[in-house]
Amino acid sequence: MYQRSVEVAVGVFMLIGMAALVFLALKVSGLTTDSQKESYKVYAQFDDLGGLSIRGRVSLAGVTVGRVSNVSLDKESYSALVEMEIYSDVDNLSTDTVAAIQTAGLLGDKYVALSVGADEEVLADGDTIFDTQSALNIEKLIGAFASGQVDI
Amino acid sequence: MFSINQSWRYSVLDFIRKTGRTGLDYSSSVGRSGLFLLRAISGLPLSLDGLSLLAVQIYKVGVLSLIIIVVSGLFIGMVLGLQGYNILIDYGSEQAVGQMVALTLVRELGPVVTALLFAGRAGSALTAEIGLMKATEQLSSMEMMGVDPLRRVIAPRLWAGFISMPILAIIFSSVGIFGGMLVSVDWLGVFEGAFWSNMQSSVDFSEDILNGLIKAVVFGLVCSWIAVFQGYDLVPTSEGIGIATTKTVVYSSLSVLSLDFLLTAVMFGGI
Repeated sequence: MYQRSVEVAVGVFMLIGMAALVFLALKVSGLTTDSQKESYKVYAQFDDLGGLSIRGRVSLAGVTVGRVSNVSLDKESYSALVEMEIYSDVDNLSTDTVAAIQTAGLLGDKYVALSVGADEEVLADGDTIFDTQSALNIEKLIGAFASGQVDI
Repeated sequence: MFSINQSWRYSVLDFIRKTGRTGLDYSSSVGRSGLFLLRAISGLPLSLDGLSLLAVQIYKVGVLSLIIIVVSGLFIGMVLGLQGYNILIDYGSEQAVGQMVALTLVRELGPVVTALLFAGRAGSALTAEIGLMKATEQLSSMEMMGVDPLRRVIAPRLWAGFISMPILAIIFSSVGIFGGMLVSVDWLGVFEGAFWSNMQSSVDFSEDILNGLIKAVVFGLVCSWIAVFQGYDLVPTSEGIGIATTKTVVYSSLSVLSLDFLLTAVMFGGI
């Protein structure tokens, strides 16, 4: 009888452990089927990433529509090449979409904000966004003010 | 003159002899513990009888440690929530308290504090128990009966610690995050949606939670290895049991903290 209650206690203990792992996976790390959501790849070149990194958010009108999947240097143009995975259900981005690197809050994470243009044609897998705006570089901005290049 | 010279030579020789003996003793104890670990790990009897021995040990080592783990996890999470809130409110980003609490617990405090508590709560008990078995010659009488004490006594305890420690660490982290939520959301009024969504966007399952779990597995092995080896290898006197129990806690804590630095450097250091 003692042996049986011990086994029950150990079983409950292991179940609690598994429940805690599931809690960590789903609630804390947000592991959902969303991460395996079907997506297509779109590229964009920026002069300055300013801290945008892999797993960064890609948003349209503030709604997350994808994520940054790779960041690399384009050796020919000396600019940064960003590979983005856009969810397949967002399939009507026009080819003249503008991609801008913005900051969430004053010191928050960098993310890519898309704003759709007026073109009839839409971006397909492997296409490149040409119209881009780099991250706002605060050091450069202050430098420009300090050296008097900008009239206030 | 001659006798002074000779006694000086004796003391030098004696010093060299003692140093050599200590070095040999030390390396033989390291070698013994390595062989002991191999034999104990491979010695788990997978019969029904062996598994019920294992269940009893998991009950003693894991289930009975649950209360201290839950209570300390809850309070550590609450303290993290309170401290983080007070710092982050200065920058107007108190929503980030969720991500701070979760990352701190999952990556560092969960495995490390659980291992330290585990060494104090379960490791010392294992050492004292096995040590008393050795001092009262229960282990040698088992050998006389043809029962291998490594398989019957040591292996279930080692495996129990190895299995329980990661489970305890996961429970610790979860309860801690819950405690952090209690303080920051329910008491200090951080917006609940931002609390969870900030946490979810910054915590990665494989990078943070699985790496924390790997840490806990390593710490579990090291802590229970040290505990059972100190118990098996002690000088079988009442003083020896006291020394071995102290050594268990000291060695476990030091190895957990230094291994934690190593593992962190490997997992999160190289960007």
